[in-house]
Amino acid sequence: MSYDTTDVLDHETREAIDIDRTKGDFTFPERNKFDAGRGLTAATIDYISDVKNDPDWVREFRHKALKTFEEKPMPTNWATKDLENINFDEIRYYLSDGEKPKRSWDDVPADVLETFERLGIPQQERAFLAGVEAQFDSEAAYSNVKEELTKQGVIFVNSTEGLKEHEEIFRPYFGKVIPTGDNKFSALNSAVFSGGSFIYIPKGLKLKQPLQAYFRINSENFGQFERTLIIADEGAELMYMEGCTAPKFETATLHSAVVELVALKGAKIQYVTVQNWSSNVFNLVTKRGLAMEDAEVRWIDCNIGSRLTMKYPGVIMKGKRARGEVISIALANTGQHQDTGAKMIHAADDTTSNVVSKSISVGEGRSTYRGQVHIPKHLKGCKNNTECDALLINSNSRTDTYPAITVKGNRHATQHEASVSQVSDDMLFYMQQRGLSEGQAMSLAVNGFINDLVREFPMEYSVELKRLIDLEMEGSVG
Amino acid sequence: MPAVLENISSLLETAPATPAYLPAWFATRQQAAWQRFLATPAPKRGDETWRFSSIKQLDFSSFRKAPAAGVNDLIARSTGLEAPAAKLIFVNDELVHVESHLPEGVICLPLAEALVSHSDLVQAHFMKQETRLGSAKFAALHEASLTNGLFVHVSDKTEVEGTIEIHHWIAGENTVIFPHTLVVTGKSSKVRVVDIFRSAEDIQPGLAIAFNDLCAGQNSKLDYVAIQAFNEVTRVIQINETATFRDASATSLLLNTGASWARNESLSRLEGPGSRSDMLSVSIPAHEQEYDQRTFQHHVSEGAYSDLLYKNSLYDESRTIFSGLIFVDEGAHHTDAYQTCRNLLMSDTCEANSMPGLEINADQVKCSHGSTSSQISDEEIFYLRARGIPPVNARQLIARGFSVDVLERLKNDEIEELVLRFIDEKFAHIASFVA
Repeated sequence: MSYDTTDVLDHETREAIDIDRTKGDFTFPERNKFDAGRGLTAATIDYISDVKNDPDWVREFRHKALKTFEEKPMPTNWATKDLENINFDEIRYYLSDGEKPKRSWDDVPADVLETFERLGIPQQERAFLAGVEAQFDSEAAYSNVKEELTKQGVIFVNSTEGLKEHEEIFRPYFGKVIPTGDNKFSALNSAVFSGGSFIYIPKGLKLKQPLQAYFRINSENFGQFERTLIIADEGAELMYMEGCTAPKFETATLHSAVVELVALKGAKIQYVTVQNWSSNVFNLVTKRGLAMEDAEVRWIDCNIGSRLTMKYPGVIMKGKRARGEVISIALANTGQHQDTGAKMIHAADDTTSNVVSKSISVGEGRSTYRGQVHIPKHLKGCKNNTECDALLINSNSRTDTYPAITVKGNRHATQHEASVSQVSDDMLFYMQQRGLSEGQAMSLAVNGFINDLVREFPMEYSVELKRLIDLEMEGSVG
Repeated sequence: MPAVLENISSLLETAPATPAYLPAWFATRQQAAWQRFLATPAPKRGDETWRFSSIKQLDFSSFRKAPAAGVNDLIARSTGLEAPAAKLIFVNDELVHVESHLPEGVICLPLAEALVSHSDLVQAHFMKQETRLGSAKFAALHEASLTNGLFVHVSDKTEVEGTIEIHHWIAGENTVIFPHTLVVTGKSSKVRVVDIFRSAEDIQPGLAIAFNDLCAGQNSKLDYVAIQAFNEVTRVIQINETATFRDASATSLLLNTGASWARNESLSRLEGPGSRSDMLSVSIPAHEQEYDQRTFQHHVSEGAYSDLLYKNSLYDESRTIFSGLIFVDEGAHHTDAYQTCRNLLMSDTCEANSMPGLEINADQVKCSHGSTSSQISDEEIFYLRARGIPPVNARQLIARGFSVDVLERLKNDEIEELVLRFIDEKFAHIASFVA
C-alpha cells in the first residue's frame, strides 16, 4: 500500500493546517551598492576585503582559504552527485547595500523592513527575544540586543563588527573549532564569509530569553556565506535560534555557513535552527561546538526546505564531563535530499553525547542520516547514545542511514539504533474507524512520530514547526 | 583430476594458465578476470568501502602459489566432526583426501572435476554476483587464479542429514591459496557445509583469497559455516555471496579467530518472496589482529526476511571494522530486515569501528539496525567472583557466553560444539599470554 494518491485533504484538515504557502516566496528589486560579480577568483576576495575594510590578517586568511577551496575535491565520493550541479562560476559571492546594521527597525530600508515584517521577526522580537539580527543577502540589516543585556556585557553583533571591534575575544576562537580545511565548503565560507553573528556572553550570565538571527536571501544566483561565532564564558547560558528563507528562483542558490560555538567551563549553549529554504537552495553548512569542562552544547535542528541540505552539527567534548547533544528532525519532499546527521568527538574523560534524529520522506524525497562518533584511546567513562528513526510515507520516497562509530579502549559505552518504518495500515484503519479522514489520520501519525522531539523546540517554534510539517504533508497523503 | 601447478611464479606477475582440459568458457572467464584484475585500481585510503581499513595489508607481491607439502601430517591433523557426511582435505588448493557417505542426488566434487563432468551446472552458478563491497579487484584475482575448490549440488527433494566438512590448509612460507566453495540446492532440498581454514605452521606467513557462492533454490535450506583459524601471520580476503529464492532459507556463520588481517565481505541477495537469510559472525581478535567486515543485505524481492548478528570480542591491540548495509530495492515491499553488531571491548587498547547502514527505496518495510560497544560491567564480574570464580576466568566465561549466543542461532548442537572448540582454543591462546 502506498499513498501516492492525488486526493486532497478534507476542508476541516485544511483549516487546521492553514498556513500561507507563499510566506517566504517573495522578492524585492535588488538595491545593491556593492556587488562582487559572478565567479570566484583572488580578485573577488580582494573586492570583498576592500569593501569590508578587512584587517590584513583577515584578507590573508581569505586568500589562504581560497587556495584550500580550489585544491579540495567535491565530496562526491560519499555524498550525492547533485553537488556537481553547483556552478561556482555563476554564483554572486557578495551583495550589499553598503549600510551598517541598524539598531532600530525605523532605520531599516522600507523593503527590507517589509521582508522581515512579513516573516514576523519584529513581532517575535517584541514578544520573546532578548536580541535579533536580521541578515539580508550578504550583510546584517538589523542587529540589536536588549539594553540591559548590553550593560551586563553581552555582545551580539554581526561578524564584521565582531572581528573589528572585539578582536581580542573574537580572534582566538575564530576558525579554531572549524579549521578552514575541514571540508570544501568550510574553505569556501572562509574565503568569502560575510554577515553572521558574533555573540559573547560574560561569565555566569544566564540569558532567560533567546537570541535570534534570521537569514534571508533576496537575490538570484546568490551565495550566502554567513559566519557565526558564539562564545559562552564560564558558567554562562544562552539559547540562540536561527531561521532561514529564500524566494524560489529558477536557478540554484547556495547557502554555505560556518557556525562555531565555544562553551567554556560549565557554560551551556543551545542552538536552534528551523531551516525552511526554498527548494532551489543548496544548503551546505558546517556547524560545530567546543564544550569545555562540565559544559554543554546542544544542537536542535529542523530541516524542512532546500534542494540539498548537507549538515552534520558536531560537538567536540574537550573538557571532563562535557556533554554534547543533537536533536534533529528532517522532512524531505519531492525534489529534496536532506542529508543530515551529527558528529560527536569525545576528547576528555566522562564525556557524554546523545543524538536523536527523526526523518520523514514524502513523495520522492530522500532523507539521509550520516553520523560520526569518535572515542579515542586513553579516555575513560565516555558514553554515546544514538537513535535515528525514519518514516516513509510514499512508495517512491527513500531513506538511508550511514553512521560511523569508533571506540578505542574498554571503559566506554556506545549504542546506536536506527529503524525505518511506515505508518501501518492497522494504525490508519484504527483512526479512520474513529471518524478521521485518511489524510487526518496520516497527519496525526506523522505528528505523533516527531512529537517527542518537537517538544524540545521553544514553544513558538514548535507550533510553527508542526504547521510546516502538516503543510509539507498536504497533498502527499490520501 | 586436480589441476597440476606448473607455473609457480609470483602471484601478481604472470597471467595464470587455465589447464587445457577445462571447458573453454572457464578459460575465457579466467582470462577476462585477469584483465579485470589488472585494470581495476587498487583500493586506496579515502575509498568509502575501505574506510578505517589498513590498506598497507594489501601488498601481496611476496606471495606465490606452492605445491602441496606435508600432506600426510595435515590429513592426520584435519580433525572436525565425529561422522561427517563427506570430508575433503585441500592442501594449497590441491585435493589430497576424500571420504564420502553422501546420498544419491548429491554431487560433491572438486571444482576442477565438476567443471569437466557438470560444466553447464557449474557455469549456471559460478560467481554470478557482482562483487560490490570493495574487493572487486581481488575477486577478479581469485577468479583468474583459482585452480580448484569444491562444487556441491543437491538435487530437488534431497536432504543431506550430516555435514559436508572441508579442510583448507596453507603450507609453506608466503604461499597463496584460492579456496572456492560453490553450493547449490535444488527445490525442497537441504544441506550443511563447513569450511575450515588453517595454516600448517604457526610462523609462516600465508595469504588466502577465498570465495564461496551459496545458492539456495526454492524452499530449500542451506547452512554454511566458515571457520577461519589461520596462524597469526596470515592475511585473508574472504568473500561470501549468498542468493536465496522463493521460500528458501540460508544461514551462514563466519568464525574469525586467526589471521593477522582478515577482510570478510558477505553479500546476501534475497531473490524470492518468503526467502530468509541469516548472516552470523563471531570474531575474537587479539594481539594486533584486525578483522574488517563488510556486509550487504540486498532485498531484491518483496516479502523477504534477513537478519544479521555479528559479535566481536576484542583483546589487546586488536581492531575490528564493521560496515553493514541493508539495501531495499524499489518494489521490495514488506521487507523485514535487521542488522546488529555488538562489540565487547576486553582491553583498553582495542578499537572497534562500526558503520551500520540502511538504504531503503520501498515503503511498507520494517528495517532496523543497531550497534553497541561496551565492556563487561563490574557487577557481572562481581557476581561471578562471589561464586568463587577468579576474575580472569570470569571475564573469559562472559566473553564465551557472548559468542555462544550467536552459535545457538544455528540450531545444531554438533556444529555448535565444533565451532566452540575453535573458540575455546582461541581463549586458551589468549589466556596463555595473560599468564
